[in-house]
Amino acid sequence: MTGATGTDALRTMLLIRTFEERCVELYSAAKIRGFLHLYIGEEAVAAGIMPALEPTDRVVSTYREHGHALARGVPARAVLAEMFGKVEGVCRGRGGSMHLFDVAHRFYGGNAIVGGGLPIAVGLALADRMAGRDHVTACFFGEGAIAEGEFHESLNLAALWRLPVIFCCENNLYAMGTALARSESEVNLTMKAASYEVPAWSVDGMDVDAVADAARRAVLSVRAGDGPCFLELRTYRFRAHSMYDPDLYRTREEIARWRERDPIDAYTQVLRDAGALDDETLDGLREEARDAVDDAVAFAEAGTPEPVEEMARFVYAEEAAP
Amino acid sequence: MSTTEPTARTMSYREALREAIRDAMQADERVFLMGEDVGAYGGSFGVSRGLLDEFGPERIRDTPLSEAAFVGAGIGAAMGGMRPIVEVMTVNFSLLALDQIVNNAATIPHMSGGQVQVPLVVRMTTGAGRQLAAQHSHSLEGWYAHVPGLKVLAPATVADARWMLGPALADPNPVIVFEHGSLYNREDEIGVEDAAADITRAAIRRPGRDLTLVAYGQSVWTALEAAEALVTEGVEAEVLDLRVLRPLDTHAIVSSVTRTHRAVVVDEMWRTGSLAAEVSAVLTEQAFYELDAPVGRVCTEELPIPYAGHLEQAALPNTARVLAAAREAVGGDG
Repeated sequence: MTGATGTDALRTMLLIRTFEERCVELYSAAKIRGFLHLYIGEEAVAAGIMPALEPTDRVVSTYREHGHALARGVPARAVLAEMFGKVEGVCRGRGGSMHLFDVAHRFYGGNAIVGGGLPIAVGLALADRMAGRDHVTACFFGEGAIAEGEFHESLNLAALWRLPVIFCCENNLYAMGTALARSESEVNLTMKAASYEVPAWSVDGMDVDAVADAARRAVLSVRAGDGPCFLELRTYRFRAHSMYDPDLYRTREEIARWRERDPIDAYTQVLRDAGALDDETLDGLREEARDAVDDAVAFAEAGTPEPVEEMARFVYAEEAAP
Repeated sequence: MSTTEPTARTMSYREALREAIRDAMQADERVFLMGEDVGAYGGSFGVSRGLLDEFGPERIRDTPLSEAAFVGAGIGAAMGGMRPIVEVMTVNFSLLALDQIVNNAATIPHMSGGQVQVPLVVRMTTGAGRQLAAQHSHSLEGWYAHVPGLKVLAPATVADARWMLGPALADPNPVIVFEHGSLYNREDEIGVEDAAADITRAAIRRPGRDLTLVAYGQSVWTALEAAEALVTEGVEAEVLDLRVLRPLDTHAIVSSVTRTHRAVVVDEMWRTGSLAAEVSAVLTEQAFYELDAPVGRVCTEELPIPYAGHLEQAALPNTARVLAAAREAVGGDG
């Protein structure tokens, strides 16, 4: 272990976990509606990848993106206000849980059509390449997206044009309720990427250090102009697909087995063993996460609904393009 | 070149589009063209011939046959500050990119609360009439015109082909441009940039007092032919070219019919759910008491376009069918 990610990674993972657990309560209390996809269990992926990016780099994400947004630095307040449907939310309450956009953090959704974000990531990277900027675009998607044509078209195009995209495949083994082996004839995902001449490697997505190492390596290569990379981040969601999912397609034993590999517990232990974390610091980090989420809840509660008269704003741009 | 007296020039619709693209690319280095066979081949319909030599492969960018990926890449590139012109070979293939256009380009500006703009132009060929059979003959402009967030243009004239692209690129919204496949060889004299650069208004192509023929794209020419024929019957038909299919210039439609009191809409879409249906509804809502006859519609017969020439022609709007509808509209009260 490198220890390079240190307590910052733990802080990020704790924030995400605390935030997501609070979302469950808020959903039950009907403060949050619509679809809600939780990131619990997958925190090490976002916490490992985001620190490898520069503020000018770009992120394209999926509908299970609270963790990505928080790890990227999008304020918890604005994320939660969005989920409350308040105008103080990142998207004025128009997008909700599945569509978090924050251009200030170069965060381009929050895309809820599986695979639909990949072509956009390719285009953002194309813009940067054509404009001579050395930014990279990190594009998150689940393993379910690999069955979509847009995945194959996008990998091919990015590789063909040697574009600076890091394809981050969060393989949590289930596309909603469909296990990988039930939807893919070839379950070796890195091989699929390699067939497009995209360097690809598999990473233990429950180990934040391993993710961070892989991310740094990928960013270095992609930023150097060597074309796209593909990371398979092997992870697991501890909760059901969404709040509507009765979770009938996997066994309690399987879930329990993965929970034993909880990325937060595991990394806490790693830091303790390295003498880099004591009880007081850990308690402090937990309290910090709780405070941040409490603050976000208060902010979202106090938020205001967008006036109905404004609901058609931005269907068309109000200003000329820069 | 004289700057005081610009002379009119004759060119084809195809050349007009090419000159518009060249102009835009010379004026703004963020503009680039991408699509299937736009480079080495010169464009499936010859629009971009020669541009690869002039601008190079970075800006005249051939793509794989991956409509979803390259249209989506156009959306991403627009979000990233470029001004892409994406050529989708035909509207038929655009269905493979419908997810990107409808779910992404049209939603993201609004859904992001106005944070993101998608200043993208997507050009595509549309329409039937060349014996290309069902899968190459669709007219689905109305599908796109249905979607808030998109702007939809249909240049029917050489001048519009020449002058609509500039303002479309300057527009901060995604703009879909439909070029009817039968128009590329049409030649006409064009003047300097003028009213054709307005991408908000419909245009009266022929004034008349007895009847309004509303049309767009290739159907404008069918309507004009019918209008000429009607002269011998003592009927002066006005031909209104919609030009902009979203947002519709309802004011122009209503004010023309307020003068003529009768309307026939010529539209190459299938009748059910067509743009003609929308125009007819606009007239019912906004000009009901001005109408002296029911609004007529001349659309494509409700079947996949057949290959055989006589069947295809029988299925499409043509001058004879427009004449029949016009006679019915004006015959109502003698």
